[in-house]
Amino acid sequence: MTWQVGSALSIGTILFTVIIVAAMLIWVERRLLALWQERLGPNRVGPFGLLQVVADMIKIFSKEDWVPPFADKLSFVLAPPIIMVVILMSFTVIPFAPDVGVIDSDIGVLFVLAMASLGAYSVMLGGLASNNKYALLGSLRAAAQMISYEVFMGISLLGVVVLAGSFNLREIVLAQADVWFIVPQFIGFLIFLIAGIAESHRLPFDIPEAEQEIVAGYHTEYSGIKFGMFFVGEYLGVVLISSLLVVLFLGGWMGPAFLPPIVWFVLKAAVFIAFFVLLRAAMPRPRYDQLMSYGWLFLLPLSLLNLLVTAAIVLAQHGATSGGV
Amino acid sequence: MFKLINDTFTSQLITLWRVFRHAFVKADTVEYPDEKPYMFPRWRGRIILSRDPDGEERCVACNLCAVACPVDCISLQKAEDEEGRWYPEYFRINFSRCIMCGFCEEACPTNAIQLTPDFEMAEYVRQDMVWEKEDLLINGTGKYHDYNFYRIAGKQIGGKDKGEARNEAAPVDVRSLLP
Repeated sequence: MTWQVGSALSIGTILFTVIIVAAMLIWVERRLLALWQERLGPNRVGPFGLLQVVADMIKIFSKEDWVPPFADKLSFVLAPPIIMVVILMSFTVIPFAPDVGVIDSDIGVLFVLAMASLGAYSVMLGGLASNNKYALLGSLRAAAQMISYEVFMGISLLGVVVLAGSFNLREIVLAQADVWFIVPQFIGFLIFLIAGIAESHRLPFDIPEAEQEIVAGYHTEYSGIKFGMFFVGEYLGVVLISSLLVVLFLGGWMGPAFLPPIVWFVLKAAVFIAFFVLLRAAMPRPRYDQLMSYGWLFLLPLSLLNLLVTAAIVLAQHGATSGGV
Repeated sequence: MFKLINDTFTSQLITLWRVFRHAFVKADTVEYPDEKPYMFPRWRGRIILSRDPDGEERCVACNLCAVACPVDCISLQKAEDEEGRWYPEYFRINFSRCIMCGFCEEACPTNAIQLTPDFEMAEYVRQDMVWEKEDLLINGTGKYHDYNFYRIAGKQIGGKDKGEARNEAAPVDVRSLLP
């Protein structure tokens, strides 16, 4: 294994930038939703309403940080930081540009998948610890949703791994120098996109939250900074999934040379973030049994088929000895 | 299989495209405090009491508005002046209760009580939401410019005897045998 760890300064910069971007997404999402719903959105605080985030943060920090007396204290307090920490950990393996990144890990893809699975614990713990029927329903749905998307999420990525011959995200980007993996792995891209939406609990798959049905789902009882952590954690998830989609399928920082690599990365990720908001503006929410049957009966066989065909083609092209992992 | 693909992808893509097109449509809302929306003349907002073309109060204190009011926010007391005209001694609307339904306007036989397109009625003190007759009365005729109840109705008041109202025949003397 070759582990190249970035300097403390670059780690700090990446951490700070990622959190600021996730917080700014609150404003971005509200403005974009308003644009697609023919409204104006927040535009009062600062230029174009950019300081709305600051106002929201002041409000959320100064709110009473209340732990319900009927809740299970330890897991109630523990749940919100888990999702923040776990998703921030996932960012360590993402290569933002040739010289920007925290760790160059040989197991990058596996690490991200493992961390993403741990994030589901946050949602389930938060709902169970709240000792509230809506929160319980929310975490029940979260568990049902998790066992339906985690399976094909991992398998959909294996096609990319087979083509690149590595679990290292940086090498996966470098392997896309000729053609982006969205072309040979279009089905894998679609499946991972769907799984990513479910992973970050965004509409149309915000089934554990489902405001219209079960109040706020798993974070019904949360307030103040704990609610803020769930909130920012959700947007961190959006940024993470967008970055992953860019790294795995859209060639990461690759692009024509007139712009620096990091700008290409940010632009591609921004397109996916805007797409996530568009999904929220347009899509209705399915029932969770619909998501489960859709995942197990349609997407799982499709992703397995995709993996088999990709592996067969790679084997036929390169022979049994030279190609593959 | 075709139906499955159609249901899962095609219809979703059409939905996404149709919503995306809204990005190029002008916003329906206006920035309210800076830019006021157009209010329609028949908008049911703040309630006023109008006067007839001669400048007298139109309200005859019949209490029909108070009866019609579903939230009982109107309170008034009848009084009578030396000419025989009825008028409200006090007329009080509690706007913290009022739901702007307009039933009072429909019930009013003299077009006195009317609703206007004004809706900016926020107050800091709850008691300030209670409007007295002096606050409600305006100097104009509101929506009905020519209507004057006492000139049309047959009721006898000072300066207008029986049979002198508009479109009213002189009273018949039932005890007279003359043709």
